[in-house]
Amino acid sequence: MNLFCVGLSHHTANVETRERFSGHAQTDCILRGAGCTEALLLTTCNRVEVYGAAAARVSTEEIIRCLARQIDQQLCQDASAFYRYEDAECGRHLFRVTCGLDSMVVGETEIFGQAKKAYESARASGAAGPYLHRLFQRAFRAAKQVRTQTDITRGSVSVGSVAVDLAEKIFGHLSGRKVLVLGAGETSERTARALVSRGVSDLRVSNRSMDRAAELARLVAGRAICFDEWPEQCREIDILITSTSSEAPLLTPENLAPMLRDRIDRPVFIIDIAVPRDVDPSVNEMEGVYLYDIDSLQSVAQQSLALRRQQIAAAEAIIAEHVADFWESGTARRCADSTHSAMRESPLRVTEL
Amino acid sequence: MDRYLLIVSSVCFLAALVRTIAALRAGVFRPGRFNFLAVGLGFIFQTAFLSIRGRALGRCPITNLFEVFIFLAWSIALIYMLIGPAYRLSLMGAFTAPLVFLIQTFALLAPIDVRHAVKLPANPWLEFHASMSLVAYGAFALACIAGVMYLVQERQLKTHQLRSIFYHLPPLTDLFAAITRLLWWGFALYTLGLASGFFIGEPLPRVQVVCAFGVWLLYAAILQGRHFRQLAPRRVAALCIVGFSAALTLLWGITFTAQMHSLP
Repeated sequence: MNLFCVGLSHHTANVETRERFSGHAQTDCILRGAGCTEALLLTTCNRVEVYGAAAARVSTEEIIRCLARQIDQQLCQDASAFYRYEDAECGRHLFRVTCGLDSMVVGETEIFGQAKKAYESARASGAAGPYLHRLFQRAFRAAKQVRTQTDITRGSVSVGSVAVDLAEKIFGHLSGRKVLVLGAGETSERTARALVSRGVSDLRVSNRSMDRAAELARLVAGRAICFDEWPEQCREIDILITSTSSEAPLLTPENLAPMLRDRIDRPVFIIDIAVPRDVDPSVNEMEGVYLYDIDSLQSVAQQSLALRRQQIAAAEAIIAEHVADFWESGTARRCADSTHSAMRESPLRVTEL
Repeated sequence: MDRYLLIVSSVCFLAALVRTIAALRAGVFRPGRFNFLAVGLGFIFQTAFLSIRGRALGRCPITNLFEVFIFLAWSIALIYMLIGPAYRLSLMGAFTAPLVFLIQTFALLAPIDVRHAVKLPANPWLEFHASMSLVAYGAFALACIAGVMYLVQERQLKTHQLRSIFYHLPPLTDLFAAITRLLWWGFALYTLGLASGFFIGEPLPRVQVVCAFGVWLLYAAILQGRHFRQLAPRRVAALCIVGFSAALTLLWGITFTAQMHSLP
């Protein structure tokens, strides 16, 4: 039995090309018509891949034709963007994909869910049988092991989630924390939403335009505060998100010091996403104040990404073990063969796998 | 024979230390259960050693500098075993193991296991005083370790340079709560130990008493500063390191002078 993967991804093709080969509702059926015993289509915004098992080799061109949304002249040109992996290499590729090693953002976990969904859908339609079942189950196991034994998914890689992660590193649980959003911009809205999703319930919004403050407060289930009151609010709050269009810094060590006088053992986390900045950088040197501007948040995101890249070798080692165990032992192949012949005798057993 | 138990115990702490260093070098710092198990196993061997030594001496095994260091290492491991899982500070094992390993290895290698020519008479007040003080030192040692963890994390947050270890450290507020609890526990035990010293029935060297009160006052000042919000958490964390260094120096002085006095 020939186990193979044919596809294209962000590594080999641009979005226009990927769009042309994103498959369609009948792709599974057509693939099986082309000679695949089992076939599974994995489509995400970054990749289009077909995983299949066939008694005889199915050509790459045949698969490309099955994936094409329209048969046109450009088909032959685009064929060069496709890659093909067979047997053990096919396994290795899938394991790397589910672990997030082949993703645009290394270590992202969304692909795991997408692969799982694709597998469930193929299994439900009967397009995936024992070969793909074993291959995908092993891929999910490998991905879980990589996730728990390496730091490949550690740290956040977007500004909003970095801010929320840092808040959790300072305060622990965010449920009892008070947040003030100063300036009702789009990024502060996203960050406020992220904080709410992690349990923040006391959220105050202040803006020069009270209408805009009220609108954002309604969107994030917070309450609007008059703009003149924000200095007073700083005495109570734990997290400040600021993004006003002020030309001069709103917060300086001089005006922040009196606000912090009574809260020496309560840290304050300031997220300054305004350009020009709303907070004087020297505020970060004050006791118990953690100031992050847009550049430092982006720098943390880059550090997380670099940290994830450092973990690639460790993740590859785990994957290599799984590939060796899955393929070189030959057990998987024998098991699949015997299960496959048993299934031909009794189709009901597919659901038992 | 009993020293072999201690060597095995040191190997357990060394295992935790090696794993921590390897993880740090690889940029993968994961506390996991290994540190807790390694410290737990080391603690069991320490307990076996102290039990055998205590039975042989017919009293609490803190009769020389060697035994005092082992008892201190045991106290640190004990407090870690008690508070580690309770306050989600499993990572503390990674910091505790090196400290215990260093104390224990020094005790094993240095020629300080001097047996007394004459069997020392049992004095329950003296044993209570010494053992309470040493357990208090264990709590102060853990507060010092938590202080180091706090400062490491605080520094990374301030400089915006987050390393692998950052993602495994407990939140700042949790760490500070643990430091405060450890300080209170240590202070209460130390006060008990200090008070019981007055019932020993033997005259105590004036310098020792003054130094012991100095350490007590230092911790009292830290706790007062914390309680009345006069000290920022970062300063409390730094003072935990200063306090434990002072306590350790005092302990060295006490046992060293006690040994000098016991020499014929």
